[in-house]
Amino acid sequence: MTMSEGELAVAELHFVRDRAIAPQPPPASMTGALGWVRANLLSTPFNIALTVIVVALLAWVIPELAKFLVFDAVWSGADRDACREAVQHREIGACWPFVWERLPYFVYGSYPIPERWRVDAFFVMLALGIVWLLWLEAPRRDIGVVYCFVVLPIAAFILLHGFEAIGLPVVDTVLWGGMLVTIVVASVGIVVSLPLGILLALGRRSHMPTVRLFSTLFIEFVRGVPLITVLFMASVMLPLFVPERLEPDKLLRALIGIALFASAYMAEVVRAGLQAIPKGQFEGAMAVGLGYWPMMRLIVLPQALKITIPNIVNTYIGLFKDTTLVFIVGIFDFLRAVEVARIDPKWATPVTSTTGYAVAAMFYLAFCYGMSRYARAMEARLAAGEKR
Amino acid sequence: MSIDVTGRPAPATDAFYNDPKVRSFAYQIALGVLVAVLVYGAVTNAIEHLERAHIASGFGFWDQAAGFDISQTLIFYSSQVSTYGRAFWVGLLNTLLVAGIGIVLATVLGFVVGISRLSKNWLLAKTAGGYVEIIRNIPLLLQLLFWYNAVLKALPEMRDSIVIARGAYLNNRGLFLPQPVFLHGFGVVIAAAAVAVAAAVVFTLAARRRQKHTGKRLPVAAVVLALLIGLPLVGFVLKGLPLTFNYPEVGRFNIAGGVEVLPEFAALLFGLSIYTAAFIAEVVRAGILAVSRGQIEAAYSLGLRPRPTLRLIVVPQAMRVIIPPLTSQYLNLTKNSTLAVAIGYPDLVQVFTGTVLNQTGQAVEVVAITMLVYLTISLVTSLLMNIYNRRVALVER
Amino acid sequence: MSETSRIKPTKLNTAVAVELDRVNKWYGDFHVLRDIDLKVMGGERIVICGPSGSGKSTMIRCINRLEEHQKGRIVVDGVELTSDLKKIDEIRREVGMVFQHFNLFPHLTVMENCTLAPIWVRKMPKKDAEDIAMQYLRRVKIPEQASKYPGQLSGGQQQRVAIARALCMNPKIMLFDEPTSALDPEMVKEVLDTMVGLAEDGMTMLVVTHEMGFARQVANRIVFMDEGQIVEANAPEEFFAHPKHERTKLFLSQILR
Repeated sequence: MTMSEGELAVAELHFVRDRAIAPQPPPASMTGALGWVRANLLSTPFNIALTVIVVALLAWVIPELAKFLVFDAVWSGADRDACREAVQHREIGACWPFVWERLPYFVYGSYPIPERWRVDAFFVMLALGIVWLLWLEAPRRDIGVVYCFVVLPIAAFILLHGFEAIGLPVVDTVLWGGMLVTIVVASVGIVVSLPLGILLALGRRSHMPTVRLFSTLFIEFVRGVPLITVLFMASVMLPLFVPERLEPDKLLRALIGIALFASAYMAEVVRAGLQAIPKGQFEGAMAVGLGYWPMMRLIVLPQALKITIPNIVNTYIGLFKDTTLVFIVGIFDFLRAVEVARIDPKWATPVTSTTGYAVAAMFYLAFCYGMSRYARAMEARLAAGEKR
Repeated sequence: MSIDVTGRPAPATDAFYNDPKVRSFAYQIALGVLVAVLVYGAVTNAIEHLERAHIASGFGFWDQAAGFDISQTLIFYSSQVSTYGRAFWVGLLNTLLVAGIGIVLATVLGFVVGISRLSKNWLLAKTAGGYVEIIRNIPLLLQLLFWYNAVLKALPEMRDSIVIARGAYLNNRGLFLPQPVFLHGFGVVIAAAAVAVAAAVVFTLAARRRQKHTGKRLPVAAVVLALLIGLPLVGFVLKGLPLTFNYPEVGRFNIAGGVEVLPEFAALLFGLSIYTAAFIAEVVRAGILAVSRGQIEAAYSLGLRPRPTLRLIVVPQAMRVIIPPLTSQYLNLTKNSTLAVAIGYPDLVQVFTGTVLNQTGQAVEVVAITMLVYLTISLVTSLLMNIYNRRVALVER
Repeated sequence: MSETSRIKPTKLNTAVAVELDRVNKWYGDFHVLRDIDLKVMGGERIVICGPSGSGKSTMIRCINRLEEHQKGRIVVDGVELTSDLKKIDEIRREVGMVFQHFNLFPHLTVMENCTLAPIWVRKMPKKDAEDIAMQYLRRVKIPEQASKYPGQLSGGQQQRVAIARALCMNPKIMLFDEPTSALDPEMVKEVLDTMVGLAEDGMTMLVVTHEMGFARQVANRIVFMDEGQIVEANAPEEFFAHPKHERTKLFLSQILR
């Protein structure tokens, strides 16, 4: 039986709420810790199986890790006997005395002990520069840029390398090692790759055919080959190409290789940022009579760099990890220092190598993870700035 | 470039050196001259240095006797007879071997971890996330050294080898496995496999036609799997199991016979796979997230179940976003395989840019050839990637 | 507002198409649906309106289980909606949905969009599915776009394809979640006209929308929701002319000019 519209009872059709319903709390099974566990971990049989597997995995890994790093670890001792099972009659974890004793070597390499204050001074100046640039509320950050990209490199060179005229004896780069070298290589790479990358990116977008050709060739070539071949080219072939008297220092060759490599990758990151700038910006700048370089400096680059900061920081993280490759061309970076130290007969035990690698991992994790957190915070800030 | 108020270009009464065209020309000439001068200077210096050190030039070294051993060779190589040229091919094949297997392992692990990161299971998602964060922030070289020195080199000595199964021994010189020896009838098994592949293709096409005409579906995946495994197996059994093994014999200091998997290879393979998988996981995660939730809701509201939705709607769209950065990671893995030189795996760089360069001293030629190889791999991959992108681009107005 | 003439009266079923019985839903601690009671007869057209955040979209999304309710009963075409996957599948086959952002599958042609579900869910042969698809594409007046991709169509055309795609599964009930809110003004009419045509053919429709002209023309009932509750419901003329509840009056004063 069907009805036509008009026959629907008026009472059913018309409804007015007399009393508002206050919000109620959700049913108990939904809320609280129990509800969360049920929803997230135990909702289906498959889910339960997954939870069991993951819990089993974690229950194996985490206690083992804690045992090695803390509970079974040896905290003091003079030589390998402190870390040998046969002598100590217990299961041995990490051999921390090995790390305490070799720590100066890890940090300074073979830098002469009386001159090590210069390295410390360099570290302090560098930390100052980093905080100045990265802390967004810092005063006069434009001076900070000049400090980081001009003052600091010069001061670092004088401090670390030495300058006879003012009484700082020259310390050959052969003696530099450990964290000092890693941080120098990373810093030089960071400081050089950004300006050079910007130049290359602009070159690739240039209207002048030869400039565009050279930039593109350089970028595609460097990005297509492994970093090791670039380092080999720099360390083996560079001495061939320059006249005898200019024989470049080993560390310098590695620095050049890393800097050129990082610049090519940075160029692509900056180019992506430039492509995201609407044409109207360029046209507006030209309409007010700005020449090419002022337009780039004042209007385009600040915007392009701002939106690619997360990608720039990611490239820097890659650069920091890539500094370990100088190991292969004979430069004593932090990783190499650990490698050399772990085979020292004074500390030869089954756990020495793993302890050394653990320390190295923590060092790199701290820096790289720190940088990636910064990048993500920047990304969130930029996204918030775009929301209306 | 100056534009005056009415929009016309400024009259050409400026000095010629302010004309942008003249300027551009001048810059380019200057750049060209600069590059030419640098190149000329570099080349003359190089020639002078090489002459003084009595190092030969040219590619004659390619046919000279090598005189050194290589620990892993996929093709015939002998230190007495083989040339530097052959050493190059041995190194290249080793690189392709570790890169090829590494890419497969990294892809499988990367997809598993990437999908896990999106799981509703909080524990799984966070654990996968932890894996990605930790592995991505530790340098690959450190991970390789760890695998090689702390894990594989810490295995027991030859005489205390771990016995995994009959004829499989694990010690600090490698993993020794029985070597399969294919007897006379094995050709039948290969033929059966070929037939199975053909049958699988035919069956899949027939099932598709059937669905098109009647709407009914057949269990294609199960049948194909049964064919690919079953047919060769049947052939194997019928021909009387034509397969024996050459078992390794454990001596006091050596193992004779069998197949040896070098610890260098294993360390490089694990390190590369685990490291690259962390990056692939992020690529996969981004690709899946790129498919908007509305697509899935539309599919569900039409009555489509989760698995067909995944197959027909989500995966095709996600793949478009995943494949370009995925191939970029594959290239990274191939380039990262050059770290083999740090642990002594005889890949192209270790053999050619290492030993051969040291022995011949011809740095320029050797490094140039090596770079050319990797450049070719990169450019070919980029080309294929561009073709793929153009073909699958979503059609828009 | 221009005079939109009312469509011809259509026959209603006594069978209940959709019933919501004291339905409650929470997002975490937020009580988004509070004691919803609603009975929709077969062939009825219900327009649901209300301020944003009132839970209107959430309510209709509970009907085809795109959202899950925690308390109360939902019965669709005689089938109760629970966690039982078979029941959910059955209900989804009988309920079609049109989304605010169309959600067409961009990697498939218009024809493939429409034939996907009939082939894979109803297991229809391809030819039959295509015939049905062409029939509905003609109904929404864009048969010539069958081999185009969604990216090549205007917003209005895409939404009409979305309607055709939902119709290809022969649903008994159609849900519309703000179908014209994402369209440029000149394309709203073509979509509304299509929906009016559906109403004239006797389809049961639940439409969340701000288009009050459409409501006047087509709706049997207008349901006003605020803060997760149904505040007032009435036939269109009464609803617009004599709103009874304070909040209804406030809402109408804001949207009608």
